[in-house]
Amino acid sequence: MNLSRSDFQVICDWITPNSHVLDLGCGNGELLSELSKSQGVSGYGIEIDDKNISRCIKAGINVIQRDLDLGLSDFDEESFDFVILSLTLQASNYPHRLLGEMLRVGAEGIVTFPNFGNITSRIQLGLGGRMPVNRTLPMEWYNTPNVHLCTLKDFEELCEKLDIEILERRAVTHDNKTGPGLKLFPNLFGEIALYRFRKKPA
Amino acid sequence: MPEVQSQNTVGLVESSTFLFDQPLALACGETLNAYELAYETYGKLNSTGDNAILVCHALSGTHHLAGYYSEDDPKPGWWENLVGPGKVIDTNRFFVVGVNNLGGCHGSTGPTTINPDTDKPYGPDFPMVTVTDWVESQNRLTTKLGIEQWAAVIGGSLGGMQVLQWSIDYPERLRHAIVIAASSKLTAQNIAFNEVARQAIRTDPDFHDGHYYEHNTIPEKGLRIARMLGHLTYLSDDIMAEKFGRDLREDTINFDYGIEFQVESYLRHQADRFVGTFDANTYLLMTKALDYFDPATEAGSSLSAVLSKACADFFVLSFTGDWRFSPQRSHEIVKALHDNDLNVSYAEIESHHGHDAFLLALPQYLSVFGTYMDRITSECTK
Repeated sequence: MNLSRSDFQVICDWITPNSHVLDLGCGNGELLSELSKSQGVSGYGIEIDDKNISRCIKAGINVIQRDLDLGLSDFDEESFDFVILSLTLQASNYPHRLLGEMLRVGAEGIVTFPNFGNITSRIQLGLGGRMPVNRTLPMEWYNTPNVHLCTLKDFEELCEKLDIEILERRAVTHDNKTGPGLKLFPNLFGEIALYRFRKKPA
Repeated sequence: MPEVQSQNTVGLVESSTFLFDQPLALACGETLNAYELAYETYGKLNSTGDNAILVCHALSGTHHLAGYYSEDDPKPGWWENLVGPGKVIDTNRFFVVGVNNLGGCHGSTGPTTINPDTDKPYGPDFPMVTVTDWVESQNRLTTKLGIEQWAAVIGGSLGGMQVLQWSIDYPERLRHAIVIAASSKLTAQNIAFNEVARQAIRTDPDFHDGHYYEHNTIPEKGLRIARMLGHLTYLSDDIMAEKFGRDLREDTINFDYGIEFQVESYLRHQADRFVGTFDANTYLLMTKALDYFDPATEAGSSLSAVLSKACADFFVLSFTGDWRFSPQRSHEIVKALHDNDLNVSYAEIESHHGHDAFLLALPQYLSVFGTYMDRITSECTK
């Protein structure tokens, strides 16, 4: 397995073989393509970008061109084992609604997002006094699609509010480095945050 | 044949017809004892016969998808933009078949055909045909052509409805279903447009209850109005503004009812072209087939339930500026497909061209459609 993003590696570990998956904002289809090849996963990707639609079709995955901000109303309750939202939450207009939608159509959700609490961002904002621009957040404030940035703590607080139970949490760096710092202080050293979650059992 | 096109066209083509003498029981309750289907083919069927593609036509389409009938033929087939060597539906790779639907007026048995029982044209007595009947007749043509299974059945608009019906009625006989700018049933607004078109034809004094052939006339006025109405619903407000705006044919207005605005001139031109080539009774039949199409209600269930029979891989496309068969209609189809966990991809092409967009060479349309066709090619025998 040779995936272009470190969060994809973790997601592949989390997904049960032969499960039915919805990948929201599936980009060029790399993750779904890998999941279907190596784990017999079936499902659909949702993507808005024209070029990515062609890339997904080329990759041989099922892709549906749709704006995620319009919700997932075309999908029925509990249609999927997993609903994945990788590096897309921060670009969605209504992250809290999307999380709710994910757990309506799927049994479990997997979310990954750039950690705004990462030390580089903190230094750039706290000491430099400017909006962070780094390898996690490469765009300038005025042209970034990331309109809802958050930290691990912020995300966990939202989950609590929405009655979402977090099943697993990981923090990784882009180059997949490991170390005790990352384990002890994920909100400080993690560049990408990953969560697997479900609705809190009633 | 315009020289500039000769590089990437199938060039000169000829139609064929097959006679079917096995009676065809129609959905309306009547039976056609014998009938002919006109068709055209392009490209070569490969050794295993797995590269065949059927293209179903829309309301005013024909089996003439591409190419020219003679050196001085001014116009190529209706899908010349997409069908040809090196094009999206690549005739170097696929064996492509176009068929004129039953009830048509371009070679297949229809209202203009002589009824063997009366030795007169069928006229209004030609039975109502439905999308299901068309698929049944196309299925028989498939067998006659020696094709076991289509690599893909493809169609836009009413053609897309036939593709859906194919996937329900003969699920094993197609590997891919490509449904473009279509709907699983017409909306009330769409039926209303069709009814206005029919009324225009049927109230024309020259219609003679459909027996106009015997009076050596055609309901020209009605057919013209029907075509003008239809045509303007295939365009969008935006594209009409762009193409014509309020431009005048002459510099000044004349305060009379002649052609003053460019858009009037365009509509009349479309009507002129149509009247010479299309039969009014066929137009009536085709609009009824459109209105009746509703495979879900017909089966007394939901679209998801009827599509549970399907096993093809689907590619659904719609166009943002298409208000006659809007993207919403395609969403409904896509939903019914993923409700059944079927393989489906969906592309919504940004376009302000209205319903007619499916006929045009729009870059994103060609790109995604072409990529999907590459996927089909990779599954065919080399």
